Parts: sequence; C-alpha cells; structure tokens
Amino acid sequence: MLIVKDLKVEVEGKSILKGLTMEVGAGEVHAIMGPNGSGKSTLSHVLSGREGYEVVGGSITLDGEDLLALSPEERAWKGLFLGFQYPVAIPGLNSSVFMREAVNAQRRSRGENEYDAMDFLAIAREKMKLLKMDESFMTRAVNDGFSGGEKKRNEIYQMALLEPRLAILDEIDSGLDIDALRVVSDGINKLRSADRSLIMVTHYQRLLDYVVPDYVHVLSGGEIVRSGGRELALELESSGYGWLEKEPAAV
Amino acid sequence: MATESEEIDRYISREYEHGFVTDIEQDTFPPGLDESVVRAISAKKNEPEFMLEWRLEAFKIWQQMDVPEWAHVHYPDIDFNSISYFSSPKADSDKPQSLADVDPELLETYEKLGIPLHERAALAGVAVDAVFDSVSVATTFKDKLAEVGVIFCPLSEAVHDHPELVKKYLGSVVPLADNFYSALNAAVFSDGSFVYIPKGVRCPMELSTYFRINALNTGQFERTLIIADEGSHVSYLEGCTAPMRDENQLHAAVVELVAMDDAQIKYSTVQNWYPGDKDGKGGIYNFVTKRGDCRGERSKISWTQVETGSAITWKYPSVVLTGDNSVGEFYSVALTNNYQQADTGSKMVHIGKNSRSTIISKGISAGKAENAYRGLVKMLRGANGARNYTQCDSLLIGSQCGAHTFPYVEVQEPTAQVEHEATTSKIGDDQLFYCRQRGIAEEEAVSMIVNGFCKEVFTELPMEFAVEVQRLLGVSLEGSVG
Repeated sequence: MLIVKDLKVEVEGKSILKGLTMEVGAGEVHAIMGPNGSGKSTLSHVLSGREGYEVVGGSITLDGEDLLALSPEERAWKGLFLGFQYPVAIPGLNSSVFMREAVNAQRRSRGENEYDAMDFLAIAREKMKLLKMDESFMTRAVNDGFSGGEKKRNEIYQMALLEPRLAILDEIDSGLDIDALRVVSDGINKLRSADRSLIMVTHYQRLLDYVVPDYVHVLSGGEIVRSGGRELALELESSGYGWLEKEPAAV
Repeated sequence: MATESEEIDRYISREYEHGFVTDIEQDTFPPGLDESVVRAISAKKNEPEFMLEWRLEAFKIWQQMDVPEWAHVHYPDIDFNSISYFSSPKADSDKPQSLADVDPELLETYEKLGIPLHERAALAGVAVDAVFDSVSVATTFKDKLAEVGVIFCPLSEAVHDHPELVKKYLGSVVPLADNFYSALNAAVFSDGSFVYIPKGVRCPMELSTYFRINALNTGQFERTLIIADEGSHVSYLEGCTAPMRDENQLHAAVVELVAMDDAQIKYSTVQNWYPGDKDGKGGIYNFVTKRGDCRGERSKISWTQVETGSAITWKYPSVVLTGDNSVGEFYSVALTNNYQQADTGSKMVHIGKNSRSTIISKGISAGKAENAYRGLVKMLRGANGARNYTQCDSLLIGSQCGAHTFPYVEVQEPTAQVEHEATTSKIGDDQLFYCRQRGIAEEEAVSMIVNGFCKEVFTELPMEFAVEVQRLLGVSLEGSVG
C-alpha cells in the first residue's frame, strides 16, 4: 500500500533522511522508534506534504500513486491522516464546523454527498463516545485552551471521523498521563481494521504496550537501522538507544 | 511544488470581483470648489435658507483648516479643485416612485453586486433607502414605518419635511469645525439618510442603506443623521461597494447619532469599496467621521463595522457618553490587502457617571497593506465609576504587511477604570498545514481561520447582515488573502 523507497530529504541544505526504505501493507501497524533528532518527525511531515522539506532522492507511493506530486489536502483526500505531535489551536473556529468542513471536503473529493449539520452531528456524537469526549467539546474552538490530553484525544477523534486508509500518528503518546494514554490507545485500537494501515512514530515503547504493532523499525541518523517485530521495542526499552551510537551501521 | 508563500501570493493577486462601471448619464458639476459651488448645490436641492447658511458657514471654516496628516497613511496630496462636487442620475425631478420605475440598468448593477434589492427587501423585511451616487432613487417600506411614526427618508427630503428636527440635531454631534473632512462634508454634502424614531418606539425593521460611488471623479459626501428619542430602539445597516476605476476617489462621509434617555442605536457597516488594484493603483479614499452621542441616561450606541474595501480608510466611529449609565460599543473588523492602508479605531469619551464602553478591534493585514488601530479613551472629571475595556487584535498574513496599534488613554477621573489588551499574531504555516492535512484546501482554510479570528465581532452583526458579511469576507479573502 505505502512504499517508501530510498527516501532522501534535506532541510535547509542539511541532510535529514539518508535513504529510508519501508513498506506498509493494508491493515498493518508499524511502529517507528528512535532517539530525538533521528528524523522521525521529518518522515511524518514528508509523508503528509508539509512545506520546508526538500526531497532530493527516492520515492513515496500510495497504492502506486506518486504521493510527492500531491498537495497536503490531496493526500488527505487519498486517505492519508497525520495525528500531530503538537495539534494546532485555531481560536474562534468552532471544532464541529472545522471537522464538518474537513469531512465534507474529503467526501466532495470522492464525489460523495456532503453531510448536513444534522447528519454530521449524529456521526460526531458516535465518534466522541469512542474517545469518551464531553459534548461541550463540540462548541469549543479547535484545540484552543485544550489540555495536552484533550488535544491528543481530539486527534484520534478526528481520525475516527475521517476514516483514513493510512494514519500516521506522530508521538501521539507524548504529554499523556497513564489514564489519557489508555483512552487514546483504546480509541486507536477500535479504529484498527484490515483496510486501515497505521504508522506510529514514538520515542517510548510504552505506547506499544497498549497498541501492539506488527512491525517495529528503529530510525537512527536518517536511516532505518533495524526492523523487527514487537520484541524489538521491548529490547529497546531495556537497552535504550545508546547502542545505536556504537553500532551505527547495523541493519 | 509551490511554497506556501507563493500560493498565498497567487490568492492575493486575484482581481476585485465587483469592478465595473454603470453607464448612466450624469448630471455633474464641473470640477472645482468655491462659494458658488456650495450655493449651486443648495439651489439644486431647493434647500431652505437655513441649510444654505449652514453650508456657507461650514465652507468658511473649512477654508481655514489644514489637511490632517497625523494618520498612519500615505497618499499624494488631494487637489480639492479637481473634484466635482455634485452628480446625480438624470432627471432629478422625475425620481422613480417605486422599484418598477427604477432604471433597469441600475437594478442590474445591484444584481451584479449580489444585492437584489427587491428580493432582499421582500425576503428580509428590510426597508431600503438606496443611495445611488448622490440622489436617493428607491425608498421602500415607508408606509409601514410611518404607521409607528418612524421617519426614514433622504436627508434632502428631511430638510423640507422636518426642518425643526434637522435644525435641532444636524451638526450637534459633529460640529462644523470638528475636522477638515467633516467641515468639507457639511459644505458640500450631497445626500444621505435621515432617521427619527419617536419616543418609546421599537423600529419594526432593520433599516439599511446601500451606497454606491459611480460617477467618475465625483467625490461623494454622504451625511446621515439618526435620532433615537427616549426609550426607542433602532438598528441601522449600511453597506457599500463601488466599481473598478483608475482615478482615486474621495469619500468623506459624516454620520451623526443621537440617543436620548433609554434609547438604543445599533449601527452596522459593511464597507467593500474598490481598494485599488494589486499594484496600489486607484481605489477609494475613505475619510469618514462617525460619532454618536449617548445624550440621555442609560442610552446605548453600538458601532459594528466590517471594513474590507477602500485604498485608504481613515475612520474612528466614536461615542460621547454624556448620559449617566450610558453604554458605548465598538466592534470592528478591518481587512487590508495589497497596498491598502487603514487607520481606524474608536474614541470613547466618558462624561456621564458609570458610563461603560467596550472596544473590540480586529485588524487583518495581507499583501503589502498597513493596518493601524488608533483609539482614544477619555475619562473626563466627574465620570465617576466609568469603565472601558479595549481589546485590539491584529492578524498578519504573509510577511510584507504591517499592523500598528496607537492606543491613547486620558484619565482625569480617579474612580474610572481603563483596561487595554492587544495581541498580534500571524496566520501560521502551522495552522494552514493543520487544516490542509485534514483535507481543507488552502483558500478555505484561510477563510476559516480569519472568520475564527473575527468571530467576536461577527456575532455582534444583525442576522440580516450575516450572509452578506460572509460573502464580502469571502470575496475579500479570495482577492486579498490566500
């Protein structure tokens, strides 16, 4: 489904990703782990089309289509979702209005009927239950004044509404206490399905206790240095990332 | 792949959608201004003697005055002798009595602007006093208003039919010598609206006037006077657009509001005049004096404005809080783009005890535009317990525009309280990317972000205006943001 081949990315002339290759099949859950500065967030941003990253080599295809040729919104219409590490506040913009427009923009792109306010409300209520969110949330401005936990819950709620085929969750666990982590993880697990792929970018393996991945990749120095199953994350937990510096070329 | 700023530039550089010129034969004075022109204007309107004297006095005062230069705007000197001071559609004496009599070309013009007069009037129950250039051409719902004693007519009619009211109130809020442009207006004002709401009457409908500037090289000098007598309520809507042209056009309007005991006036404006092209050529010069006097106790005056047009805007809707426990409010959205310049804000002058005022100003700058908030809060001695709250927020789009805040506070009364908050933010790449990642295209995303920014002001607009504001802001954002 998603194929990243020998991806090389620079930011302001500095090489960040140095030939990253990975493949994500339908319904698979991949975890990408690595120390700070290894290029984890760069990967999330390049996949979703954020400005400021120059792809100097390699390719990214989603179902055979060149993702790099598409604008961020076009990628969203293809079913790509990014759960932000730092969700952005938009003061004054009502959360429900925002999400209805987002859902309808994606439906329009697929030639489907738009939801009217009542249709949307019914669907939104159902998804909010999934994330144990209070209804008052609907009348608040997008991420404005939200606590860390609320912001992350909101990201998963948005994912639930948009029903992406490929979701990239960038440090969705950062800033969450254990209760919030559980709610967010439960939400993610409920959204797992055979036709939805997940890439979870995380620094800590804690999240992976709750959302168990099929594959774990270790990113270091702009490359995937090791790939394995669930057990790799546990190994990292006990040994930390220190070994990476000693064995930089390990594959 | 285009960078974010290139895309913003692309949206910014779109053309103004409301640009066109209606070809109606004009009855226009040759350019130039002297006493004979003032006399001719008065004669053209068959004005009573007192009006002519008033105009002549204003003209004398104006001649002694200098062009104000303190505003944060830049433009070439205006040659006041290159302007024509009167223009009206042909056949002045033969004005249409109903919409059916109105020139179809004029109606078409309104249609192009998205102001279907007849539909709007019928659907929204709004009485419309449409000012086309200098002479009113259509007035509706007069009968319904007359039933409750509301007077809503062109000022040129009021000087004949209600001279006692005009004499008493005209110039009582904005005196002749108030400022350069208001004095000029008093000397040569063309027409405008007159509203009188009698004691205890709640005006049964929103009152609205649409202004259009359409005569080449003709300055337009509207003058509006609204009087709300004791315990009355009125909501007045004003909206404008103008055709595209190269010449700069001067517009110097004066609006005076008077609220007696327990009266309330809500004055809402949507201003979408031609802002000039993307290189800063052309556009309207908008030098407006708007002031309300809360003359009575517990009276209330609210100004709400959405300003998206004009090359230069110089405008400070103000409230003089004369009465005890009176309330003044100012809610403003000013959007400038390309080379537009706005120096706008409000003045709240507290005289009455426990008078309260609120100023919420939202400035949005894009392109190479300059947007300044200039506000004065004055607490005169004796204004016991008076309070003001001021909030000015600026939003920048792109990196070549400017936002400036000039708050002046003068407090002579020790028991008065003044609060001021100001913020400046930028539509971040973060916000845009967040929206786009969710599938919302960039243009729509900017529109949503700006709408969110303006929300506190938009909620103050009457329902009847909400649709129009959405449309105007949408158009302005297409043409002005990205």
